[in-house]
Amino acid sequence: MKYRSAFDIIGPVMIGPSSSHTAGAARIGRVARTLFGYQPLKAVIHLYGSFAETYKGHGTDVAIVGGLLDFDTFDERIPTSLQLAKEANMEVEFIVERTVTDHPNTVRIKLYDEQKELEVVGISIGGGTIEITELNSFQLKLSGENPAILVVHNDQFGVVSAVTTVMAQNEINISHMEVSRKEKGKMAMMVIEVDQKISAEVLKEIESLPNVTQIIQMVE
Amino acid sequence: MFRNVAELVELAEKKQVKIAEVMIQQEIEVTGLAREDIIAKMEHNLVVMEQAVERGLKGVTSVSGLTGGDSVLLQNYIKSGKSLGGNILLDAVSKAMATNEVNAAMGVICATPTAGSAGVVPGTLFAVKEKLNPTRMEMVEYLFTAAAFGFVVANNASISGAAGGCQAEVGSASGMAAAAIVELAGGTPSQCAEAMAITLKNMLGLVCDPVAGLVEVPCVKRNAMGASNAITAADMALAGIKSRIPCDEVIHSMYLIGQTMPTALRETAKGGLAATPTGKRLEAEIFGQQKQLQS
Repeated sequence: MKYRSAFDIIGPVMIGPSSSHTAGAARIGRVARTLFGYQPLKAVIHLYGSFAETYKGHGTDVAIVGGLLDFDTFDERIPTSLQLAKEANMEVEFIVERTVTDHPNTVRIKLYDEQKELEVVGISIGGGTIEITELNSFQLKLSGENPAILVVHNDQFGVVSAVTTVMAQNEINISHMEVSRKEKGKMAMMVIEVDQKISAEVLKEIESLPNVTQIIQMVE
Repeated sequence: MFRNVAELVELAEKKQVKIAEVMIQQEIEVTGLAREDIIAKMEHNLVVMEQAVERGLKGVTSVSGLTGGDSVLLQNYIKSGKSLGGNILLDAVSKAMATNEVNAAMGVICATPTAGSAGVVPGTLFAVKEKLNPTRMEMVEYLFTAAAFGFVVANNASISGAAGGCQAEVGSASGMAAAAIVELAGGTPSQCAEAMAITLKNMLGLVCDPVAGLVEVPCVKRNAMGASNAITAADMALAGIKSRIPCDEVIHSMYLIGQTMPTALRETAKGGLAATPTGKRLEAEIFGQQKQLQS
């Protein structure tokens, strides 16, 4: 069964007008901000397909920027987020793309500050549900609904089992997991979605493992 | 877990409880949450719906300027005492429009089952409430009853305009509302199913053809007629009228009709009202504005 809860039918609470073009867009923006860790100084937002065609009418632009400002789907500040971004010193640029993408509702968000930059691709698949499909040119599949962490590590044997062992010892169940790398033996990445909240102690324990270089809590 | 309307009705009858209670018990089982948390969550949705109607009835205008204010016009007309339809019926129509006008104006709404069809369930509830004087808990139950029927449609057919046309969005919302009205008015579980069947039968084939691709024209007025349809069907079911075609078969036929519906009539803004000369002119005006804003 595709739908399991009464709240899939009566819900979500959201700013209109479209669950896919507004609520979903806000969720992608917010996940991008979470991945960056804090509010960036600059955001460059590339819109594709139906997002590019109808973004003004559906408020897709203000929804994404609202998400970047850490607003939830029902935050009434969403319609004025462009002004609020200016006040918060976050520079925003929109680029309407003509390229055809796999999914009609696709957005590529690039976030910057003096120290770093991050690139996220997200799609809005209907009813406010989203997927993150790319992170710094790593392919992945992340719903943004369950608690998730991202582990950056050296592409070596034993790292995956070491990380999952820590999870098991702390009685954390993994619901979805992906491992990818750009080049053999170089930087690699694990995306782990779980059922339980991951405590700060567990995160610390994983970060201290050999060959683990960075850990990002994507969704709490 | 119930998979269709027949099983839902049977469960309610066997346990001698309301449809709403069957939905609540299933929610507890599926999510593992406490009963009071589930009730509180739905009560929060109810509050959002109330606030949306209240805001819409003060008068709003959408971002594109295409919609807004019709719910107020209708309320004023009801107050004039000249209305031909019943006041509860027109009140439901007005409140359904109020919700969708707020949605188009980027206000806060609760999707039921989608944002585009968010008006019907709350619109009918806040209208029949004036006559039935429900308790707060009964109003929350109304939403669970609607959820139970929506749950069956979502899992056996579709609640997405892109997948099944407007019959899947406003059609589903209207059927959900009709069933919930019947239960609130004291009807039996099987009367709820009859009301859902009668409503949905009369929305089969309804296409999704939004002008300029926006959730405004004809969505606001489709919600209006959906609310009207739901109240009429609920009254028919409460009068003892039955649908010759069982509810589950109506839902399945809705699914099959959605499957054979051309893409142009499924939320692509390429056919139906969107493709009329006026629809195209409005689209050019709105996106002309958008291009100017970009440059």
